[in-house]
Amino acid sequence: MVDFGFGLVPSSRINLDLFDREKYEKLVAMEPDAKICMACGSCTAVCTAGQFTPTSLREAIEDVFNAKDDKALEALKACQLCGKCSMVCPRGINTRHLILSITKVYSKK
Amino acid sequence: MKNNILIIGGGPAGLEASAQLQRMGYNVILIEKSPKLGGHLAKWDRLFPDSVQAEEVLGRLLKGAEGVKCFTDTDVRAINRLDKSYNVRLTNGITVLSDAVLVASGFDLFDAVKKEEYGYGIYDQVMTNADLEAYFKSGSDRRIEKPGKIGFAHCVGSRDEKSGCRSCSKVCCATAVKQAIEMKQAFPDAEVFCFYMDLRLFGRHYEDIYLKAQKEYGVRFIRGRVAEVSENYDGTLLVKAEDTVAGKPLKVTLDLLVLMAGMRPSASGKAIGDLLEMSVEEDGYFAVRSGIAAGQRSPIPGIFLAGAATGPKTLPETLADARAAAMEVDRYLTEIFPDAKNYKQLVRERW
Ligand SMILES: Cc1cc2nc3c(=O)[nH]c(=O)nc-3n(C[C@H](O)[C@H](O)[C@H](O)COP(=O)(O)OP(=O)(O)OC[C@H]3O[C@@H](n4cnc5c(N)ncnc54)[C@H](O)[C@@H]3O)c2cc1C
Ligand code: SF4
Ligand code: SF4
Ligand code: SF4
Repeated sequence: MVDFGFGLVPSSRINLDLFDREKYEKLVAMEPDAKICMACGSCTAVCTAGQFTPTSLREAIEDVFNAKDDKALEALKACQLCGKCSMVCPRGINTRHLILSITKVYSKK
Repeated sequence: MKNNILIIGGGPAGLEASAQLQRMGYNVILIEKSPKLGGHLAKWDRLFPDSVQAEEVLGRLLKGAEGVKCFTDTDVRAINRLDKSYNVRLTNGITVLSDAVLVASGFDLFDAVKKEEYGYGIYDQVMTNADLEAYFKSGSDRRIEKPGKIGFAHCVGSRDEKSGCRSCSKVCCATAVKQAIEMKQAFPDAEVFCFYMDLRLFGRHYEDIYLKAQKEYGVRFIRGRVAEVSENYDGTLLVKAEDTVAGKPLKVTLDLLVLMAGMRPSASGKAIGDLLEMSVEEDGYFAVRSGIAAGQRSPIPGIFLAGAATGPKTLPETLADARAAAMEVDRYLTEIFPDAKNYKQLVRERW
């Protein structure tokens, strides 16, 4: 194949038409607190894995809402379930359970 | 006979309501538990949004309430409902027979010690918004000595289930912006950062001070809640948050961190509420009788509410609420005591 020096990359735009409502309802049934994050970023700021890897629960929740399932999983891949984020969350979210639930529902495996 | 009205709390709400009711011809008795009138206003230096001196505003309120019978260092010991009135025993030994009672007990500042991860009372260079007002008033504070980098942490003890307060305190975004500007005026070389989740600059002119903070003073606004603070060996502070706009965890070394402690229901106000068995809402503030439509009547006949006792309010909101409460008290008394010589009767007689 001829190499044109560029290729097609998937659009980075958020497309809410791709939002999978069924999957999301499944997540919410498992962990209702998925709905109440206020995107304050405290979890990401204190994340023990976040210093070295792009780990961010705040972002993963955002990604789930924005139909970026792969990105959500990527943002939680290096999580060690240490639970530090649950100590700072101002909404009192059980963050570890939320992380496990996102991984369970959105995992392709 | 003039009706007696007891007003509990000598802050802006109590003072303004006293002045109004006195003008209407009522016999007002104002009690204040602390040695001084003025409530929190007496602690502030300059006020948002226009930087007027708090002292000047307080002076005007005090002048308006001249002639009102005031008891400072006085609280309520007991309160009994009679047929139409209230029999109130005060801690100074005096008993008042009052036809209406206005509770203007205000708020308490959130005790920032409770938010341990921010290190107030543990690390030397952490202070509160109230401490900074005290510094502006007195001109000295051991924590402030040419700070190079200053941070403001919004929502301390507000919007935080962990510290038992879900609601927004409403005044602290504007206070942070105001104080950020004032610190830049005092220390032009300083770098100033505001860590916020949402900037709630809802009032008239509030957006203007936000713009001014950006444009004229170069204050940096970072969208992320301060998550943790630690002290370096040299006494400076390491502050961590996420810059949620950049989507990256962030750290910065600061010389001073100012915590925007929020408003909580007044504890001594609550004690009055307990004596009266007056209901409070989930947020801890007194409930008003029929929600948003009737803001100044409590669920108990003859008991009225004004100011921050029914939730966070700015000063203009507090004063408007106090004036509205005075009108409500007047309406109630003219209905319940139609033969009493309040101002309306006086006017009719003299006409
Ligand atoms: C840090 C900070 C800065 C602020 N700056 C501004 C500003 O710049 N501009 C602005 O518009 N607003 C500002 N505000 C808001 C302003 O302070 C309030 O709107 C105002 O103080 C509310 O008045 P109040 O009378 O309801 O309550 P308070 O000021 O709290 O007064 C209540 C009074 O009642 C007394 N009391 C309580 N219980 C009893 C009892 N049982 N018996 C007797 N007395 C009792 C208390 O001692 C107190 O004196 C600020 C608030 C904060 C927290
Ligand atoms: S539990 Fe996972 S996401 Fe939370 S702080 Fe620990 S490593 Fe980070
Ligand atoms: S700390 Fe809680 S509220 Fe804040 S971004 Fe993380 S999950 Fe959301
Ligand atoms: S006014 Fe601003 S700082 Fe205060 S609680 Fe509300 S959002 Fe937080």
